[in-house]
Amino acid sequence: MSRLIIDLIARATWETTIMVACSGLLAVLGGLPLALLMVAMRRGGLMPCPPAARLLGLVVDILRAIPFIILLVILIPVTRMIVGTSLGTAAAIVPLSLAAIPYFARIAEVSLRAVDPNLVDAVRTMGGTRWMIVRHVLIPEALPGLVAGFTVTLITLTGASAMAGAVGAGGLGDLAIRYGYQRFNTQVMSLVVVVLIVFVAIIQAAGNALSNHLRHD
Amino acid sequence: MDVNVVDVRHVSRRFGGHVALDDVSFSVARGEILGVIGRSGAGKSSLLRCLGALDRPDAGQILIEGQDITTLPQAGLVALRRRIGFVFQHFNLLSSRTVAGNISLPLEIAGVPRADRPQRIAELLALVGLSAHGDKWPSQLSGGQKQRVGIARALANDPALLLCDEATSALDPETTTAILDLLAEINRELGLTIILITHEMDVIRRIATHLVVLDQGRIVENAPTLAIMGAATQSAVTQALLSETQPQVPPALRARLVAEPAPDGWAIIRIQLAGEAAWQPLLSLLGQQYGVEATVLQGGTTEIAGQPFADQIVSVTGYCAEIHDFLTQFDPSLKVLGHVPADH
Repeated sequence: MSRLIIDLIARATWETTIMVACSGLLAVLGGLPLALLMVAMRRGGLMPCPPAARLLGLVVDILRAIPFIILLVILIPVTRMIVGTSLGTAAAIVPLSLAAIPYFARIAEVSLRAVDPNLVDAVRTMGGTRWMIVRHVLIPEALPGLVAGFTVTLITLTGASAMAGAVGAGGLGDLAIRYGYQRFNTQVMSLVVVVLIVFVAIIQAAGNALSNHLRHD
Repeated sequence: MDVNVVDVRHVSRRFGGHVALDDVSFSVARGEILGVIGRSGAGKSSLLRCLGALDRPDAGQILIEGQDITTLPQAGLVALRRRIGFVFQHFNLLSSRTVAGNISLPLEIAGVPRADRPQRIAELLALVGLSAHGDKWPSQLSGGQKQRVGIARALANDPALLLCDEATSALDPETTTAILDLLAEINRELGLTIILITHEMDVIRRIATHLVVLDQGRIVENAPTLAIMGAATQSAVTQALLSETQPQVPPALRARLVAEPAPDGWAIIRIQLAGEAAWQPLLSLLGQQYGVEATVLQGGTTEIAGQPFADQIVSVTGYCAEIHDFLTQFDPSLKVLGHVPADH
């Protein structure tokens, strides 16, 4: 195997890692507050406002309904505004994050909703404010589920990042498409697929381990 | 201090057309253990949520230490809730925190400095007998231990009032006794006012000094526990609740009961003795003084509200007016349930 191919794969692995890590981080920063809002505004929630909860849910679902490759193209002007360019790894992080935020928000919402409402009542009876309930009850109690959901999000992002090759973002998926699919270079493609499998397996194993470590029930 | 810790005045709460609480009034003096009992749907939960300021009544006032909580603004409520400790049926411990962490939470909420918390947590763990378990997770504890953590957590901020919501209903009888003993001990040692809400008469009568019986949102009984146990005029609801724990005439004998005394037969009486009188060897005295035979058919002597209390169904041969007068000196509310004619 030539030095060149190894360099190519190493570089692509790094690009995928950057894209997945940055957009994953942004997915949590954007998605978790969204999920908390959706849960809090439900009937019987911390600040009930069911119409707003429904509206927010609708926006989240619309974003999730748009195919990623189309989102990638629609967002080009926005990306250019934020990153300064619409091409490259950094540019791909914008559409990836925007796709991952509503995705993680829905997954996080399920975990947060599963927290026993009696625990919320218990902390209210101690004189806990809404913020204390979020900080001491909702997030810690849902944490194992949130970590598991974050793991799923990272792996979905790994898949989506392959399409980001369309804007020259690079990454492992892009390498597999260009060498394997477009140039019929089976060796490189197979190698990239193996690297991707290992990449995904490591994320999943780490996620499982962390989630189990946090679970005490 | 003679001020009432809790004053509930004409409280009503409706949910749509359903009346959950209807003109409920009672008060709880400092250091008292009040039992609130009723069947499911009697309004216990609504009352509890109002007392804990989780819900506002539609009408009436609830005064906690003289402060009307029904008109308090949100900020005042948050401060007030820290004066009330809650103990829950299903413990409601955070699975994400250790035992010590769970007890620490109310301290954190109340703004107790980090450095002061460990000592307070250790005191509370010792109080509930869990000193060795601070680092365990709630899932590693038994039901009774979890409830001890729940009690320690409720006591963390030195509350003026402890509200127990079916605190023993999820526990087995032995553990129930242990938890009730713990609550009675806390009441004695800390002088803490406790309200126990339950559907189990057996739970409440052991340690509650006062009883409130709720039925369909209304108070049907509100008196010292001993008075209710011995009262001749009980509401049907109270009787039904009491009958679970009180001695009954054995069914085989009940079928043979007649109203009129029969020669050579026995009288079946119900006798209740509270306080020191419960220890009187009454039936032996009866035998010695009147030469009759008296046998306990059902019942015995237990403890109610921390006092001895005898409640017995007794058969007496040759029952007559003198014997009746002799017995009513000890139990004025003595009841002759009927007579059983001789076998042949």
